[in-house]
Amino acid sequence: MANADCIIIQGSNMAECHPVGFQWVTEAKARGAKVIHVDPRFTRTSAVADKHIPIRTGTDIVLLGALINYVLSNDLWFDEYVRAYTNAANLVNEDFQDTEDLDGLFSGYSVKDNAYDMESWSYQTTEQHDQDSDDAAEPDESALSTHSAYHGYGTSWDEHHGEPQDRSDETAPEEHEEGDDEREQAGGDKYGSGGAPVGPGVPLRDDTLQDPQTVFQILKRHYARYTPDMVQDACGISIEDFEYMARAIIENSGRERTTCFAYAVGWTQHTLGAQFIRTASILQLLLGNMGRPGGGIMALRGHASIQGSTDIPTLFNLLPGYLPMPSVRTETFTDYLDTISARDQKGYWAYADAYAVSLLKAWWGDAAQAENNWAYDYIPRLNGPHGTYQTLMNMLADQVEGYFLLGQNPAVGSAHGRLQRMGMSHLKWLVVRDLNMIESATWWKDGPEIQSGELRTEDIDTEVFFMPAATHVEKSGTFTQTQRLLQWRHQAVNPPGDSQSELEFFYKLGQRIRERLADSDDPRDRPLLDLTWDYPTDEHGDPDAEAVLAEINGRHLTGENAGKPLSAYTEMRSDGSTSGGCWIYTGVYADGINHASDRVPGSEQDEIASQWGWAWPANRRIIYNRASADPQGRPWSERKKLIWWDEDQERWVGKDNPDFPIDRAPGSTPGKDKRGGDALAGDDPFVMQADGKGWLYAPKGLVDGPMPAHYEPQESPVANPLYAQQQNPTRMTFPRWDNLFAQSAGKPGTEVYPYVFTTYRLTEQHTAGGMSRWLPYLSELQPEMFCEVSPELAEEKGLEPYGWATIISPRSAIEARVLVTDRMKPLTVRGHTVHQIGLPYHWGVGQDAVVTGDAANDLLGIALDPNVHIQNGKVGSCDIKPGRRPRGPEVLELVSEYQERAGLTPATSNTMVTDPQRELTAEQIEDGSP
Amino acid sequence: MTGEAAANPTADAHYDHPHPRKGFFTDTSICIGCKACEVACKEWNRNPVDSDYELLGSSYDNTGALGANTWRHVAFIEQGADQIERARESGRALVNLGMPKVGPPQGSVSPTTTPQGTIPVTQAAPAGCASGACGCGGSATDAPVTDSADSSVASSSDGSSVHPDTPDFRWLMSSDVCKHCTNAGCLDVCPTGALFRTEYGTVVVQDDICNGCGTCVAGCPFGVIERRSDGVFEPKNQRDAPPMPDTVKVPEHGVAQKCTLCYDRMKNDQTPACAQACPTTSIKYGDRDSMVATARERVTQMHEQGKTESRLYGANPKDGVGGTGSVFLLLDEPETYGLPPDPRVPTADLPYMFKRAGMAVAGMLAVGAVAFASGGRR
Repeated sequence: MANADCIIIQGSNMAECHPVGFQWVTEAKARGAKVIHVDPRFTRTSAVADKHIPIRTGTDIVLLGALINYVLSNDLWFDEYVRAYTNAANLVNEDFQDTEDLDGLFSGYSVKDNAYDMESWSYQTTEQHDQDSDDAAEPDESALSTHSAYHGYGTSWDEHHGEPQDRSDETAPEEHEEGDDEREQAGGDKYGSGGAPVGPGVPLRDDTLQDPQTVFQILKRHYARYTPDMVQDACGISIEDFEYMARAIIENSGRERTTCFAYAVGWTQHTLGAQFIRTASILQLLLGNMGRPGGGIMALRGHASIQGSTDIPTLFNLLPGYLPMPSVRTETFTDYLDTISARDQKGYWAYADAYAVSLLKAWWGDAAQAENNWAYDYIPRLNGPHGTYQTLMNMLADQVEGYFLLGQNPAVGSAHGRLQRMGMSHLKWLVVRDLNMIESATWWKDGPEIQSGELRTEDIDTEVFFMPAATHVEKSGTFTQTQRLLQWRHQAVNPPGDSQSELEFFYKLGQRIRERLADSDDPRDRPLLDLTWDYPTDEHGDPDAEAVLAEINGRHLTGENAGKPLSAYTEMRSDGSTSGGCWIYTGVYADGINHASDRVPGSEQDEIASQWGWAWPANRRIIYNRASADPQGRPWSERKKLIWWDEDQERWVGKDNPDFPIDRAPGSTPGKDKRGGDALAGDDPFVMQADGKGWLYAPKGLVDGPMPAHYEPQESPVANPLYAQQQNPTRMTFPRWDNLFAQSAGKPGTEVYPYVFTTYRLTEQHTAGGMSRWLPYLSELQPEMFCEVSPELAEEKGLEPYGWATIISPRSAIEARVLVTDRMKPLTVRGHTVHQIGLPYHWGVGQDAVVTGDAANDLLGIALDPNVHIQNGKVGSCDIKPGRRPRGPEVLELVSEYQERAGLTPATSNTMVTDPQRELTAEQIEDGSP
Repeated sequence: MTGEAAANPTADAHYDHPHPRKGFFTDTSICIGCKACEVACKEWNRNPVDSDYELLGSSYDNTGALGANTWRHVAFIEQGADQIERARESGRALVNLGMPKVGPPQGSVSPTTTPQGTIPVTQAAPAGCASGACGCGGSATDAPVTDSADSSVASSSDGSSVHPDTPDFRWLMSSDVCKHCTNAGCLDVCPTGALFRTEYGTVVVQDDICNGCGTCVAGCPFGVIERRSDGVFEPKNQRDAPPMPDTVKVPEHGVAQKCTLCYDRMKNDQTPACAQACPTTSIKYGDRDSMVATARERVTQMHEQGKTESRLYGANPKDGVGGTGSVFLLLDEPETYGLPPDPRVPTADLPYMFKRAGMAVAGMLAVGAVAFASGGRR
């Protein structure tokens, strides 16, 4: 980031929420970079930016789409980069219809399933043209056994790579299980991070970019109406500010200069969050800002190792290393592998079999053999989404008996706090492992529902266990941060009393369960009993974290190197001769050295600092860095050079570890029979994609469209200015009387909740407060729940500065102190004034913390992004009035009085296809006929 | 008590092996208001919290001011376009008044040789003012620029180099701290010798000598030092010990307390806690000379960018405290941040006062003598 010439921080309050990472923004600024902050509020990030641009929350796709349009209609794209490194020239299926054609829907929408069939979005390929769709050429033996030398810790993919799994050409039978619709099953979660296969066949291209079916022309048409006027109308951003931003980005992109985007949950926590990020990636690809120093899109992660918790996931739909979780549709191991990559696919996902087999060997050791498909059947199958919110709904339906909470405080931190607490009251048992007696451990005695009389302590059957946890200085292990860097923490002191590390807790829990089952001959207990579950422990019984890291890194199991750590994931094999708990982490323990604890000071190495910590994959600091050089392998400019092709050595060389087959010459074209890394052409920098190119258009993989289109939030007083379709037609909703939403788009009742609220964090507190509200030093810095309002809104509603206000949403009513500030600006959107209210979400109702207060997240309803199932946490509708909220049952009366006045039912704002007239033609849409 | 002589307070303390004078440079233009300095300071020094856990009603500031417990304090100031323009004007005026320059000596600059080397001493007061002690306006603020920058900055007075991104709103953040004055009022008035000048030129309270008389509180022109009354310093739930009773005595109760510039860390070649914790290097720590030089360069750079609101605070040895060990880059008048524009050590007037008092005594004696004499005639 320090190398960027322009930094756009949007969907993030980086200075406040990532103050340590922000040092690189400060550094870039000191080197002359321009910093622009786009945010509904003027924050501490805005204070040190060159410019703050206020935006109506949830309209980022309009702004970014308009920037794309600006680039396309003014011939400002990085032509050479776009032609060589993106899929701009690829031809899309003739059946594809855009949101421009269908007023907000893409082709393939099924009204029955509220989901898309992606068939019509796909590329035109050679095989379609040959009318020969089912006869993929058998890859020959030599192609399978001689893999390219792929640089990872100086090793190469050797001759002994195992045979790929024998994969059937037949696809799994299309069984339709309950909860098994396209939206739930065909989601991004199905593909891990590998994206979707694009075949069969090779995509057809028109390198003149003139064919109306090229991605380039489709993109042009799709964003044609995303104009500066539209930005003004939808986002409330002046044309002047838009042009300022566009100019800053354009002037700082190209051969000599790069622009970087940084976002956080201000982009993700929407009903179309994944598409916000897609829009930015299209813009960055058009401007040639990917894979280059000072470019890219920084996903700022919210906690010390939240990146680590997706790499080795705590998510229901992923296995380590972004391998997808098996589902009921992938009955056999072969079916499963086929969903990850096609057998003749380009790029490094083609070796998913080696990654998956090594993972299974790490988990089940000798019990995983070729005969039992490497114990694939030991893994449970998903029969639908099992994210945290679906689990909550199951709790409310009494279908969940027990719940572990680890480092999570859903009573305060998750959307719709009331439902979270009510859900927990349906459990038989609840284990809370935390540093402090957080609200999720005490809701049964002093939560808001006890105060309102909805719950009575004596009626709650949930048995709550509190397990004290060790802090990060009381245990060793790694943190994986935003830049994919693993950094080792050494234990400073032993945890006090009964406090335990996660490692010790789960290791011992596993031991106890295995002891209980030791005599079982029930086959369903085999997965537990066959687990490799043996780590050395210290004198306190805490397992050695380095032994776990070594297991994650993986080792050779056979041959002369048996027992030795793997050096790179390219050494992984699908024949059971290697193990490894997370393929992307392979190399962190190369040569038996814990590289996460590498700590050579910055002053003693170059700017890449490859000897500080270890970055996955292969200690590579900038991924897809082949794109930092031109198609001929020369750096785009001296100023931005990173890696390049050395003619004499016939290798890629440079400052970073090249993210490309080390000896693949720039001009080389692979033979037709090649697969995986061998199939990459010399100008295919996006080595994980099935076509080696950056995707301006996603033919598969995203369930809500191949290109981002703007939809209004789940509840919004504003009608969608672009399409008849008001909200994302594939969003996940939970229509219930206890999860009501406000009226949208000016329908009768919209005026009952006329204001927009957004939630966020402050520097001084940490998320739901478990690590900060118990500490006096932090509590005194931000002691009370407050709301931020503009002077205009304060005037309109009679709110006194630093007095009390009550904020009412269709779910709840909370109270907060009032900060009247010019940092909140009313926006003019389509001729109306939109007031936005800011609500930090750190406080919760309880008695144990140093500071307590009402929880902002109680105001949120539950509606999810369909790709990743993240909740909409960043925008909602509310009313505000002066004074404290009522106490006791009266608070419920206040909430229902509002609901009745607005005429809310579970159907409100939950219509999937907005225009009733169009629903009549839905069958036509499904048929693909106009 | 001239500026030149006092610029090296360590020399006055007669240490055998003087160290370079240490100090802070707090660059408020890159402060992100994270308050890590406040927390790191309290953690390291085990200072009690300063709060009733209520909003103070002062933007994001809830600790209010420097005091016995809060030794670093971050101020938050929201300003509109008028105030920004006024700040730019006043910063520009500091230059156009013929403000001091660094670089080759030219009249107003007089290098002073000290045991540590040469310190470029700038003269902030308008021509004719020989000493900050004269009271004619030896301001703590100045906006030194190099010669090369002078012309470009001068041209900014007609608006030609105004920074293109002039905002219509800004949110100032600034981390304040004890100034460790060259002429320290607290130290001068301390009757017990509890306050002393360290070998690094800083000013530190010896807790076991202070008798809590409080004279120093009135002696500080910045309102930094305070007597500690009460407060909490342990987390509510020490996980390996029973909660502390509310009646437990806080450390150093009743004793004068202020920033020590982490004397204990300094003696071990460690950076003070606040500077160590600062993520954006807004707080810099080092030899005071180099801090001042860095600060001047930064102000020059900002003026070149048209950000004429920037100015230095505390770098002027001719101000009322002889310059401070902690220097600041401010983006507005000191008053905006709650800093005195013309801090004066109370003892600055002592010679004058003694002289006047002496004259008064002599006068009274004379009157008495006259009275006696004339009475004798009656």
